Amino acid sequence: MSSERSQRSRGGLEVAAALAVGALFGFGLALSGMLDPAKVIGFLDLFGDWDPSLAFVMGGALLVSTPGYLWLRRRGGPSLLAGALSWPTRTDVDRPLVLGAVLFGVGWGLVGLCPGPALAGWIFLGLPILVFVLAMVVGSFAWGSLGATR
Amino acid sequence: MSDFVPGSSYLSSLIGGALIGTAAVLLMALLGRIAGISGILGGLQTAAPGDRAWRAAFLVGLPLGALIAALVWAPPEQTLVAGWPTIVLGGLLVGIGTRMGSGCTSGHGVCGLARMSRRSLVATPTFMLAAAGTVLVVRHVL
Repeated sequence: MSSERSQRSRGGLEVAAALAVGALFGFGLALSGMLDPAKVIGFLDLFGDWDPSLAFVMGGALLVSTPGYLWLRRRGGPSLLAGALSWPTRTDVDRPLVLGAVLFGVGWGLVGLCPGPALAGWIFLGLPILVFVLAMVVGSFAWGSLGATR
Repeated sequence: MSDFVPGSSYLSSLIGGALIGTAAVLLMALLGRIAGISGILGGLQTAAPGDRAWRAAFLVGLPLGALIAALVWAPPEQTLVAGWPTIVLGGLLVGIGTRMGSGCTSGHGVCGLARMSRRSLVATPTFMLAAAGTVLVVRHVL
């Protein structure tokens, strides 16, 4: 009984933590400038009037995530709220990895939105971004269900 | 505070990026998960039922955080240069491509590069080059 209750409250904590961390991520995206598709395309326009500022976004993120991950790996042990740390284990470079990255890059370059900025930026209710999010979810789930039947 | 405009300077990009990196480290420390947005989304479809609530909560948090930033400063610029057919095509390509390639800018770029993943070291330059090549063709060739 009491373990059932602690299980449930731990599940609640897990959800609250995910909500808060998601909000921090979205807050960071808003500060970074990644929510503006025109700015993203300006960053990707290497051969035109290049706007390098968004390189500082990935740079700033890696400046924290690289030592942070290193520390978590060294420390070992479980996560604070939800069991073991699930680090990805695959190391093989296969065709879906490369082809998927190419398709993603083409879509990103066409519109200037990748998944995070789209899923954070729809809240301002711009119709084009809502439509993009819908198409992105359809694409992801369509490919996911294909993968599941193979 | 008032002269700080999100998304308008190297400093705000750097701070925003550092907060994204902090969120990635916190998600691993608290829940043991990689902060890849496309992977978190895809898992809503395929993960075990008990593994879905945190994903949904994270994806609700994303726009809430952006909204908080907008309330503190100003709503972000969101200028779209693409027309409707391109927006739909781009959305489909981003959805299919990130699922097929197991990640996007956050999963491969921020998290994968941080742990020197071989797959992410291949995927990240691949999608950056594909995106830059697409902008080159659309803006300067067509």
